[in-house]
Order: sequence, then C-alpha cells, then structure tokens
Amino acid sequence: MNAPLTLLDRLWSIHEVHRGADGASLLWVDRHLVHEGSHHAFARLAERGLPVVEPGLTFAVVDHYAPTRRAGPIADPAIARMIDTLRGNAARHGLRLFDLNDPDQGIVHVVGPEQGLTLPGLLITCGDSHTSTHGAFGALAFGIGATEVAHVLATQTIWQRKPQAMRITVDGALPAGVSAKDIALNWIARLGADGAQGHAVEYAGSAIRSLSMEGRMTLCNLTIEGGGRMGMVAPDEVSFAYLRDRPYAPRGDDWQKALHNWHALASDADARFDRDVALSAEQIAPIVTWGTSPEQALPIDASVPDPETLPPTKVQAARAALDYMGLAPGRPLAGTPVDQVFIGSCTNGRIEDLRAAAAVLAGRKARVPGLVSPGSAQVKAQAEEEGLDRVFTEAGLDWVASGCSMCVGMNGDLVAAGKRCASSTNRNFRGRQGKGARTHLMSPAMVAAAAVTGTLCDVRPLLQGRVL
Amino acid sequence: MAGWREQRGKAVLLPMANIDTDQLIPARFMSTPRAEGYGRFLLHDVRRTSEGALDPAFPLNAHPDACILVAGRNFGSGSSREAAVYALVDAGVRVVVAPSFGDIFAGNAVNNGLLPARVSEADAELLVRTLSSGAAPGHADLTSGLLHIAGVSLPFQLDEVWRTKLLNGWDDIDLTRQHAADIAAYRARLVSEPGRFPFGGAG
Repeated sequence: MNAPLTLLDRLWSIHEVHRGADGASLLWVDRHLVHEGSHHAFARLAERGLPVVEPGLTFAVVDHYAPTRRAGPIADPAIARMIDTLRGNAARHGLRLFDLNDPDQGIVHVVGPEQGLTLPGLLITCGDSHTSTHGAFGALAFGIGATEVAHVLATQTIWQRKPQAMRITVDGALPAGVSAKDIALNWIARLGADGAQGHAVEYAGSAIRSLSMEGRMTLCNLTIEGGGRMGMVAPDEVSFAYLRDRPYAPRGDDWQKALHNWHALASDADARFDRDVALSAEQIAPIVTWGTSPEQALPIDASVPDPETLPPTKVQAARAALDYMGLAPGRPLAGTPVDQVFIGSCTNGRIEDLRAAAAVLAGRKARVPGLVSPGSAQVKAQAEEEGLDRVFTEAGLDWVASGCSMCVGMNGDLVAAGKRCASSTNRNFRGRQGKGARTHLMSPAMVAAAAVTGTLCDVRPLLQGRVL
Repeated sequence: MAGWREQRGKAVLLPMANIDTDQLIPARFMSTPRAEGYGRFLLHDVRRTSEGALDPAFPLNAHPDACILVAGRNFGSGSSREAAVYALVDAGVRVVVAPSFGDIFAGNAVNNGLLPARVSEADAELLVRTLSSGAAPGHADLTSGLLHIAGVSLPFQLDEVWRTKLLNGWDDIDLTRQHAADIAAYRARLVSEPGRFPFGGAG
C-alpha cells in the first residue's frame, strides 16, 4: 500500500522535473505572472541577452503602479516610466499584457483566476508575496524574488526545497458579519506572523468548504502574513463552477478530462501533516489589528492590550507598535476615531467584498472620506451593473479604477503621516500605506462600518435587519 | 555574484522583531534602477525622526559600516521585494543573524550573497546582551557554520543548498541549463494534459 499523500505532495510531484542530490527540486512553472515591479528581472535577462523562454505561459499585468484615476496623462514621471518599462518588456518578448485600459486589467491575483489562467493543479509564480492567493483553487502558488523571476523567465522552472505541510481546519458555521478575513487574522494572531514559516498551509473543514471562491482567495492570500509562502484549498464543485467558461480555461472534452484530474487533487484522509491546527468557526468574531504586524490583532470588542501583560518576547514590539499607532493601553478598540477608509486590494477587492461593504453602507453616509478601488476592471463593471458604485458614492466615498492602490501606495494613493485608516488590505506594517500612516486591517464589512461611524466598531449591529 | 567563505566586519545590534521588507525599503524607492545603488534606502524611515533627520540613537546611524546585523525574529517578513536585500547588500551588510527569517526574503538573500544566519532564541538573546553596550568585531564562517561576535562563538543554521550556493556564488540559470534535456522531456509530456497550457495558447 502506498503511503498517504497530502495535497502538497501531489502538487509537488506533478511539477518535479528533477531532484538534486541535495534535496532541492527543479519544478516546472505553468503560469508566470509579471507586473511593473518585475523590471529588475527583465533587466537581468537583458544583461545576459536571454529571451523569455515560454512567452505563452507568461502574462503581464499593470497593477502596482496603476493610477486609480485614469483620465489624463500620468503626472508622476517615475510612475509613467514603470508602466512604460513593463509595456516595452511585454512587447519585446511577445507577452499578453493586461494594460491600463484593457477591460480585463486588474490586480494580478484577481486577474489570474478571473481569466482562468489559475487552475487546479497548476504551479503559479509571480514576483509578489500574495501569489499564495491562487492556491485557493488547489494550485501550488507562491511569491518569488527578482532573481527567481529572471530564472523562471529564462527557464520556465524554479528550484525549491519542499516546505513542510501544515493544515488549518476550520469547522462549523461562520456567524453573520464574520468572513474569511476574520478567520485569517484569527489564526495569525494566535500563531504569530511567523507561525507558518517554512510550511505550506492547506485549509480544510466545513467552514472552508462553505466559503465562496472569493473567501478562499482571501484566506490563501493572507497565508503569507502568517509566514506561509503557500496556502491551498482542495478544489471542489465551488472551484469548478467558478472556472467554467473563463477565457483561458479548458473547453469541451478538455474541460471534462481536466475535471477528472482535478477531482484527485486532495489530501488523503489519513495523510500526515507536520503541523495540524483546528479552529471553531463559531468562536471567531470580527477582528481588527491594533499594531504594526498582522499578528497584533484582537476581536473588535477587546481593549488595546497593555504591553506589560504580554509574553516577554512580544512586549517591546507591542510598546513600539502602540507608540507608532498612537493608541493607549486599556482603551476599548471600538470607538477609536479613524480619519479615512480604504476598500480594495488583492486581499479584499473582489465582487463579494464590495457587496459585503455595500450591504453596510446602503442608505447610510460615511463620516470620513475613503477610497473604493475594485480589484479588476471586470469587478468594477460587475459592481456598477449591480449598482454598488452608487451605494459607495451616495455614502460619500470615492469610486475609482482598479489597481493595488492604497494597499501599498506605489501609485500615489497614500495615507498621510499620522492619519488612521481602516483598511481591507493585508499589511499594517509601519509606513506601508505611506510614511507615518496608521493602518488597521479588517474585513470589508468592518471597513464599511468604520466609515459609517467614523470609528473602529463592530459591524454586526449595523447588519441587523439587512439582507446579506 | 562572487562566492565567499567568511566575512569579517562590524557586528551591530538591531533589537527589533518583525523587521518587514516595507521597513527595510519603503515602496516609494523601488522604481529606482539598481545601478544607482540601494544602500541609501536601507531602513530609510525607521532610522529617521519624524522630522526627517537621522536619529543618532538608531544603531545603524552610529555604525553605517556594519557588516553583520543581529536582529529579532521574523526578519524580512512581508513582501517579496528583492530590493530589501539590495538595500542591505548595497549598504555593505553581508550577514543578518536572527532567530527566524521570512521565507521569501531568505531565498532572495542567498541569491545575492547575503547570509541569513539562523540562531536559537537563547543564542539570539546572548548576542543581544553581548552587543547591547555597542558594536563589536564579528566573523561568520560558512565552512564551520560558526559565528564569532565579541568573543562569543555560536553555531548558525543554514540549508545545505544555500551554503553551497553562497560558497560558490553560482548562478542558478547556468545550473538549470544542465538539465535542459529533462526540462524538454517534461514539457513534451504536458501537451497531452488538459489545462497545462492556457486555452488558445500554443502547446
């Protein structure tokens, strides 16, 4: 009898071209996604006079520097140059480019699944840590650095040592107003921002099965914030229904054959994981970050922690974080005034995220300014068809075009120093949204609630009597 | 990239946990061509006061010639930006010692000749105590797997693949080309597997 296998084992062996005596694997890359930030890698390729070996498997997306206000020329020459450099590299190497005005443009991790470039069983790399997102479909997907991007461009392969396997099982039904974002911040707060370091995380359990593809993508996306380079969910009918008829997904007989193969992509019931963690969905509450690491997160009904009461290894970081965030120990998190809000990003910029925020904002006014940036032009069009854009604009928020926007601020959408932003993004690092910016991470519904009250607050009372 | 066997230089304490890549290099500097040098961006905002002046209390400001950094756990977490490694290397740093590293950062470091030297929490604390009164001469030896800092000797953990790579300064693209036949054979098999090539794309 064969030893039981994990989903990671199966995905790994599918892609292994060669294994060195030292244990490192040479893996085939099925889809390689590049963006403006990949300029270092293209420069390295040019230095060596190498071509992109598989242009048909390489896709370029304008997202990190994409202006979210598209009218008129790009004012900042450095930003214009970054986008032009990507255009030049895509044209030179014959790559499909999702350019600014393409109806299919968007954030790379939204575009991949939307286009059916992301499929179960594929190995997907991109020079962006949130590439873990694509694992939601049962793909092996991870972020890589510029040297590795150049290597994939030149060889369509990558050297990796197989990570350990970790499983996070979430059983039960998520309470109303609680989302995939809350599951993710919950385990990261519990296990630490390095809790999954060296591991690939498979999410399992009834609460995960009940999540939409959007929710699963949010969860896999945030795996890197807990230190795991890869997140994954075994594909099922939810995944297949999402992918059917997507532009680059297989058709006809090929679709049927692919489905047959995809059904085998799961961990065996008796598979052994190096690490196994279980959570109960019923016990997860809406959560917000209070510090400058995603592990510094607490349920919204908690108080700002007193650093002196934390484990010794966390005390100094907590003190520094509270100082940066301008928060006082012991004060309730709820009621903390915010200056602005942001809804968008590869973490929470999909249609379901916009619907969740709109359900809170409908018929209400935002007390603070804010930006809503859909994750792709397709999400934007869908939201406008559903009238969500009017909900946001009537509430007083700005409805803009898609891109990484205020999650990382490279396009100039920044939070000013000392300002506090309720944000549906993935990193509350110092200076992430702008020098001196104070970021609180939370779900899109919680961001909408913060907009309505002008403070961090529990979204659940605001959802009473509303259709979700 | 040149290989190396040992590094000798000033060891400096950076006693913070979770130093993420956004702190190592803020995003606004990342459109700069590498040829211009990234050293001046290293920890750009963290080492300055809110008024923008270099903070004299920040260790790297007192010791800009640091070769070995001793930091807290989860060093280099966050974004995959290799620019974080460029900033360290261009500023003259060759070794970072910490109890743990972000996975992507550690790989990027090795690809640029920077050693991510992992030590136990207890040894990290020992180094913090040793260096708390100021910088000290340090030495990292890839062959023996030992660090010598201010008279303290202790081992560091490093993946064997990475050790070899740092010693030889190999370029992976050249290594991989030795497997061209295996890669071609693998690719030939893919054509019959539905979905492995994008619909409408060339198989």
